[in-house]
Amino acid sequence: MADPIHQFQIQKVIDLPDVTLPVLGTVDLAVTNSHIAMTAAFVVIVGFLAAVTSNAQVVPGRLQAAGEGLFGLIDNLADSIIGQEGRKYFPFVFTLFMLILGMNILGLFLTFTATSQLAITVTFALITFGLVLVVGFAKNGLGFFKLFWPMGAPLALRPVVGLIEFVSFLLRPVTLALRLFGNMLGGHVALKIFAGFVVSLGLLGLGGGIGLLAFPVAALSLGMVVALTALEFLVAFLQAFVFAVLACIYLNDVVNLDHAH
Amino acid sequence: MDAEAAKYIGAGLATLGMIGSALGVGNIFGQFLAGALRNPSAAAGQVGNLFVGAALAEALGILAFVLGILMIFG
Repeated sequence: MADPIHQFQIQKVIDLPDVTLPVLGTVDLAVTNSHIAMTAAFVVIVGFLAAVTSNAQVVPGRLQAAGEGLFGLIDNLADSIIGQEGRKYFPFVFTLFMLILGMNILGLFLTFTATSQLAITVTFALITFGLVLVVGFAKNGLGFFKLFWPMGAPLALRPVVGLIEFVSFLLRPVTLALRLFGNMLGGHVALKIFAGFVVSLGLLGLGGGIGLLAFPVAALSLGMVVALTALEFLVAFLQAFVFAVLACIYLNDVVNLDHAH
Repeated sequence: MDAEAAKYIGAGLATLGMIGSALGVGNIFGQFLAGALRNPSAAAGQVGNLFVGAALAEALGILAFVLGILMIFG
């Protein structure tokens, strides 16, 4: 059976010579399949949004309605979660959402899913976490630490609850990165395993005799691959949406620190 | 016991953590449906919360899955 993990290996497509940078040390500049998948997602997103906005009309056509739908989805999200100031953070959330959505969806068409690489999801999570820290300290100064001082809890319990809040705050980038990575990895591994069943059971059936019984099971596996692919499209959208929602919630925590809850 | 065999048994045990995540996700969607059937007009506004809750519960199952993968390939 084919190795279900093989699809996640990073391979060099065009090998370029290594360069040695002063701080980073030796850097491999090779163009890899991960690189190509991300560039493809970038080109598709920029092309899509350019096509949507190039010929804008008051009554949108199909393409424009699709673009405006995505835009409005995130705009409403930022507005309803962060409130008045949500508009300021909309570009960041929309960029995250489109990039993750593009890479997830392209991963279903290409042989490589960029978001199934832990390095990429960790980068997204760290950028979000870093922005939350920067905005938190810039807007509230040291008042940022009120985030870990729950006013609703009884005084005696506040240090304990605050400690738990602090640990859960530090775990946010970990869960953000692992959720996206795990969903994409798990979905594609499941797809590959069922696809592998089709081939190995089909070969068994070709042997004839009692092996013919393998053909209905192979057909069942094929149906399972189709159903799982449909589910993966839902998951691809849902994970991008969930990432955007959580980025909004984390930003809201620090933007509206004084008058929240 | 062979260390290789123990690795596979550990990976299998790690995936048992998904039971809790499955209960959580099932509970969230079941409760949402129960609430949505009682008051359908309020349901549309809670879809965002529904998916965030499902994602948070699901993340813990994914952690179990990642641990299992790490045990085999790590």
